[in-house]
Amino acid sequence: MLKSRTFLKKTRAGGVMKIVREHYLRDDIGCGASGCAACGSAHEGPVLEPQPLDRVSSLCPQPHYLLPDTNVLLHQIDVLEDPAIRNVIVLQTVLQEVRNRSAPVYKRIRDVTNNQEKHFYTFTNEHHRNDRAIRVAAKWYNEHLKKMSAENQLRVIFITNDRKNKEKAIEEGIPAFTCEEYVKSLTANPELIDRLACLSEEGNEIDSGKIIFSEHLPLSKLQQGIKSGAYLQGTFRASRENYLEAIVWVHGDTEDNKEIILQGLKNLNRAIHEDIVAVELLPKNQWVAPSSVVLLDEGQNEDDMEKEEERECILKTAVSEKMLKPTGRVVGIIRRNWRPYCGMLSKSGIKESRRHLFTPADKRIPRIRIETRQASTLEGQRIIVAIDGWPRNSRYPNGHFVKNLGEVGDKETETEVLLLEHDVPHQPFSQAVLSLLPKMPWSITEKDMKNREDLRHLCVCSVDPPGCTDIDDALHCRELENGNLEVGVHIADVSYFIRPGNALDQESARRGTTVYLCEKRIDMVPELLSSNLCSLRSNVDRLAFSCIWEMNHNAEILKTRFTKSVINSKASLTYAEAQMRIDSSTMNDSITTSLRGLNKLAKILKKGRIENGALTLSSPEVRFHMDSETHDPIDLQTKELRETNSMVEEFMLLANISVAKKIHEEFSEHALLRKHPAPPPSNYEILVKAAKSKNLEIKTDTAKALADSLDRADSLTFPYLNTLLRILATRCMMQAVYFCSGMDTDFHHYGLASPIYTHFTSPIRRYADIIVHRLLAVAVGADCTYPELTDKHKLAELCKNLNFRHKMAQYAQRASVAFHTQLFFKSKGIVSEEAYILFVRKNALVVLIPKYGLEGTVFFEEKDKPKPRLTYDDEIPSLKIEDTVFHIFDKVKVKIMLDSSNLQHQKIRMSLVEPQIPGISVPTDTSNMDISEPETKKKKLQK
Amino acid sequence: MAGLELLSDQGYRVDGRRAGELRKIQARMGVFAQADGSAYIEQGNTALAVVYGPHEIRGSRARALPDRALVNCQYSSATFSTGERKRRPHGDRKSCEMGLQLRQTFEAAVLTQLHPRSQIDIYVQVLQADGGTYAACVNAATLAVLDAGIPMRDFVCACSAGFVDGTALADLSHVEEAAGGPQLALALLPSSGQIALLEMDARLHEDQLEQVLEAAAQAARDVHTLLDRVVRQHVQEASILLGD
Repeated sequence: MLKSRTFLKKTRAGGVMKIVREHYLRDDIGCGASGCAACGSAHEGPVLEPQPLDRVSSLCPQPHYLLPDTNVLLHQIDVLEDPAIRNVIVLQTVLQEVRNRSAPVYKRIRDVTNNQEKHFYTFTNEHHRNDRAIRVAAKWYNEHLKKMSAENQLRVIFITNDRKNKEKAIEEGIPAFTCEEYVKSLTANPELIDRLACLSEEGNEIDSGKIIFSEHLPLSKLQQGIKSGAYLQGTFRASRENYLEAIVWVHGDTEDNKEIILQGLKNLNRAIHEDIVAVELLPKNQWVAPSSVVLLDEGQNEDDMEKEEERECILKTAVSEKMLKPTGRVVGIIRRNWRPYCGMLSKSGIKESRRHLFTPADKRIPRIRIETRQASTLEGQRIIVAIDGWPRNSRYPNGHFVKNLGEVGDKETETEVLLLEHDVPHQPFSQAVLSLLPKMPWSITEKDMKNREDLRHLCVCSVDPPGCTDIDDALHCRELENGNLEVGVHIADVSYFIRPGNALDQESARRGTTVYLCEKRIDMVPELLSSNLCSLRSNVDRLAFSCIWEMNHNAEILKTRFTKSVINSKASLTYAEAQMRIDSSTMNDSITTSLRGLNKLAKILKKGRIENGALTLSSPEVRFHMDSETHDPIDLQTKELRETNSMVEEFMLLANISVAKKIHEEFSEHALLRKHPAPPPSNYEILVKAAKSKNLEIKTDTAKALADSLDRADSLTFPYLNTLLRILATRCMMQAVYFCSGMDTDFHHYGLASPIYTHFTSPIRRYADIIVHRLLAVAVGADCTYPELTDKHKLAELCKNLNFRHKMAQYAQRASVAFHTQLFFKSKGIVSEEAYILFVRKNALVVLIPKYGLEGTVFFEEKDKPKPRLTYDDEIPSLKIEDTVFHIFDKVKVKIMLDSSNLQHQKIRMSLVEPQIPGISVPTDTSNMDISEPETKKKKLQK
Repeated sequence: MAGLELLSDQGYRVDGRRAGELRKIQARMGVFAQADGSAYIEQGNTALAVVYGPHEIRGSRARALPDRALVNCQYSSATFSTGERKRRPHGDRKSCEMGLQLRQTFEAAVLTQLHPRSQIDIYVQVLQADGGTYAACVNAATLAVLDAGIPMRDFVCACSAGFVDGTALADLSHVEEAAGGPQLALALLPSSGQIALLEMDARLHEDQLEQVLEAAAQAARDVHTLLDRVVRQHVQEASILLGD
C-alpha cells in the first residue's frame, strides 16, 4: 500500500539549493462517500451523504457533490456557510492554499468541516496516488463514483470562477459551472444569490465608466519603496467627521512624520479604515492643515465627481502657514483589514434598481455598494455587509449582503449591532468547543481527588448579587483551637475543566472576558460550566481552588496556604440576605457566626487599606429595572452598597494580593499581574481647579494625600459635592492593565495602594484568572506546567488581547446602558430633571443627572440658530453665555429627550431649562419642538 | 503567512505518511570486499557503514583494555549529503559526538568480553542526510557488524520520534526535524526490549514522554523486522554462492 516516489524541487534563496523530499503517494485514502464499496475500510466515518437529494439545481438534476476551487472557497465562503449548501468535497491542496492566503477564511472552513450537518469532506489529494491537480481529482471522483453505483448517477460538479479552467474541465468531460451559475440554478434558495460576492471580472468593466483612482502599486514595489524611504508604512485611520480626510499613523519609531494627513478622495485612494497602507509624502507646497469642517458623504450617484472636487476645495481654504502638516497620498495597500460591517441600506432612488448603497454604522467606513433584490425588505433593517473589492472606476467599494440582523431600534438587533461593532465574540460555541465539556451527569471521581483537599466539612457560603448564576467565590471563617481565626476564600476551579491548548481554552482566551449587557450576558465559557459545574452553588460538591489564611483577631495574617480542594457550599446568599443574618440578633447558626467573623475582619482590613492610601472612588452606577415580560426598562435604580458588598470585596482583594505575591515569588519572569499606574500630575488639573472654585484643596502628590483630601472635602450646604469630586477623580485615573512580570518593572497598583496585584477570584468570567490559577497550581504542585505558560512573550501577547477585550467589553457595556437609557426615555417622553455641571467646555456644558446617573452634553451652538455670545474662561472653568455665568458644579435644570432624526445614531439630547437665558433655554412646557428640527438641518446642508 | 502544517487534520504528514509509519527502508550487506564487514542502508537518508576487526590494537598500545575489546567509532558525512554543499572536516564537534554515541550504543550490544586486548573499528559515512541520521547510522552499523560476524547480544535497532499537536510521529524526516519540535532518538535491543541509548535535547513534558517513547520503540521494532529479513536473505544468498 506504500508507493514511494521521490521528486526533486529546486528553490532559489540566495544560492542554489537542491531539495530532495520523499513523497509517499497512497492508495488507501477514502473518497468520503458512505456506501462506497471500493474504498471500503479506508473511510474513517464516511462524511458525504450517499444520496444528496436536498438540493434542486436546474443545471444538474441528478444528485451531486460539489468540488470548489481555491478562489471559490476564498471569496464565496458566505455562500458555502449557508445551511442550504451541503455535501461539498474540499480538496486538501485547495485547503492548504486557502490557509496560506487567508487565515480567517481557513478557520471558517474548518468550522464548517467540523459541522456534521454540513457534510463537508476534506479529500487528501496531495498524497493520493494520481490526483494532485484539482481537475484530475474531479475526474477521478467522477470515475470512482461511477464504479460505485452506475444507476445512482452520482456526480461531482466542479465549481470554478476561472473561465479557462472551466472550459478545460468541460473539455475533459467534467461537469463544471461558475459559482454564480450554480447558485442561480438553485431555484429553491433564491436568497443565496445576495450572499454571492460580486467579483467584477476584470476585462468586462474597465471600459465602462471613467477611472477615478490611480492604480495601487504591487507589494514588491511597495516593500522596495518602504526600504528606500520613498514610501512610509502606516495604519490608515479615517476621520469620523469628514469623509474626505484621514490620518495615517506611521509605524516604526521615526519621531518626525508620526502622522500624515490625507485629504481628498484621490489621495485616500480606496483605503479603508484600519488598513495597513503605504503612503508617499507630497511636496511641501501641497501640504494642508486638518480642516475643522464636518462633511458627510451624501452623494448617491457616481456622476457627481465634479461636486466632489468642489468640496475638496472647501477643505483647502483659509489655512495659515503654521498649521500645515505633512500630507501624503496612498500609493498602495499592504494589508486590508476588512471585516463585515453593520449598518443600514440606503435604498436607491430608482425603483427597479438592484444596486443600492449601504451606510455603515461606523462613520469611518465609506458607503458600500451592494447588489440585492430584497431592497424593500431590507429597508429599515440592520444588516451586515462584507466588502469584496474596490475597482478603480468605482466611487464606492463593492460588497455583498451577509446577514439581516433585524429591525432598527429592536432590542435584540441593537444588542447584536453593539456586540459586532465592539468586536465582542458572541457566536454560539462551536461544536469543537462543546465536545470538550464534561459529559453529564458529572461527578467528582477518585482520580480528581489527587492533589486535592477535602474541605466539604467546612461551613462555606457564597454572597453575591441577586440573580447571579455564575458564582465564582465562596467564603468561610472559623475559630481554631489556638484562638486564631481561619479564613478561607474558595474560588471555582475553572482550570480543571479548561485544559491548556485545546479548543475550549483557545476560545476562552479569545473571548477574554464575560460581557455583561443590560439584559444579556455573553459568556466566556459555555453555560454548562459557567452556571453549573464551575458555579459554587449551595449543597453540591464543587471543585475549588482555596486560599486559606490563619489570622489573629486584629486581621493580621499569620499563615497563608493555597490548595486545590472540594467544597460543599452550605448556602448561597444575596448581599441583602447576608446583611440580614449579620444584623439579626436571633440567628446564631454556624453560617451566621461565620459571616459575622468575616465582617469583623473585613472592617479591620478595610481600615488598614484606607490608611495605606487606597482610594474610594465613585461612579454613578445605575441598574435598570426590567419589565419581566417585555424586558423593557421601566425604571432606574442606583446601586445600593451594603456592608456585605465591601466584606466580600475585602477578602477578594486580600486573596488576589496573596496570590500575586505567591506567583511572583515562584515565577518572577512570567507571572501574570495587574497594575494600575499612577496618573501624571497633569491629569489632576481639572480636579484641583474644580475644587478650588469651591474653596477646597485637593492634594494629589500621593494616593494617600488624595484619599485624605477627598475625605475632607465636604460642604455642609452641598452634600452631593463630595460624590461629584470623587466622580471627577475617577476620570483622572489611568486604566488598570494586565502585564507579564518579566516585561515590566513597575508593579504598583495605585488605586488599591498595593505593591503587587493580580486577578484570581473570577475565573468564570475572566481569562486572566484562569492563567493565574494555572500558575498557582504549578506553584503549589497541584498541576503541571506547559510551554506557553512559561513563555513571557506569549504571555505578553495574551495580556495585550485581554486588555483589548476588557476595554471593548467596557465600551460595549456602556453602549448597552446608553441604548437602554434611550429606550427608557423613549417610553417616558420628555422630562425635566435637576443636574450638576460636571465639566465646562468651550461651547457646551457636560452635566450629570444624579437621579438617572446619566451624563450628557448641553450644546449652545446650533447650525440653524444665531450663535449666542460665549466667553470661556480656562482658569476657573466657567462659561459665560450672554449674561449668565456657569461654573463647574452649578446646579441646573435640563430637559431630556430622544433625538431620533438619524435612525442609525439615535441619541439623548439635553437642553437647558433653568437658569433661563432668553433665546437659549427652552421653556418647560413646550413639547416636540426639537423633533421636526433635523429636517431643516438636512436641507441646509444640501444647498 | 501560516507555517508548515506538520500533521494535517486528516492525519497525514507532510510527505504523505501517517503518524506511526516509517519511511521506506532498503538495505544491503557486504558491499565492500576489503572490509571485514560492510552494509548500506537507505532510510530516507543513506548511510554506509564499514567494520574492521576485531584486530590488534593499532596506535598506542596503552589504550588496550585487559578484559574486553575496544570499540572505535568514526562518523563522517559527505560534502554533498545536505542541500547546501559544505566541507565537513573530520573531528568537528558534531561528528565527535555522533562517534561517541555510536560507541556507547555498540559497547552495549557487542559482546566485547570475547575479544580482550583487541579493537573493533566501525566507520560510518552519511551520503545523504534527510533526518534521523543517528538512527540510520546505528542500523547500518548493526548490519555491518553482523556482516563481519562479530557476536552481539541482539540487533541494535534505532529510530527517532517527535511530538506534534499531541501526536507522536515516528521516524522524522528532515522537514519535520527542521520545524523544531522535540526529537527523541532511541536505540533498542528489540528481543529483550532493553534500551541501548536514549537521547533527547529539547523540552518535552514528562506526561508526554511515555507516548513518544512508545512510538519510537514500536518504530524500532518495525525496523528490526525489516533488518532481520535483510540478514536472512543475505545469509541465504551467501550460502547459495558457497554452494552449500
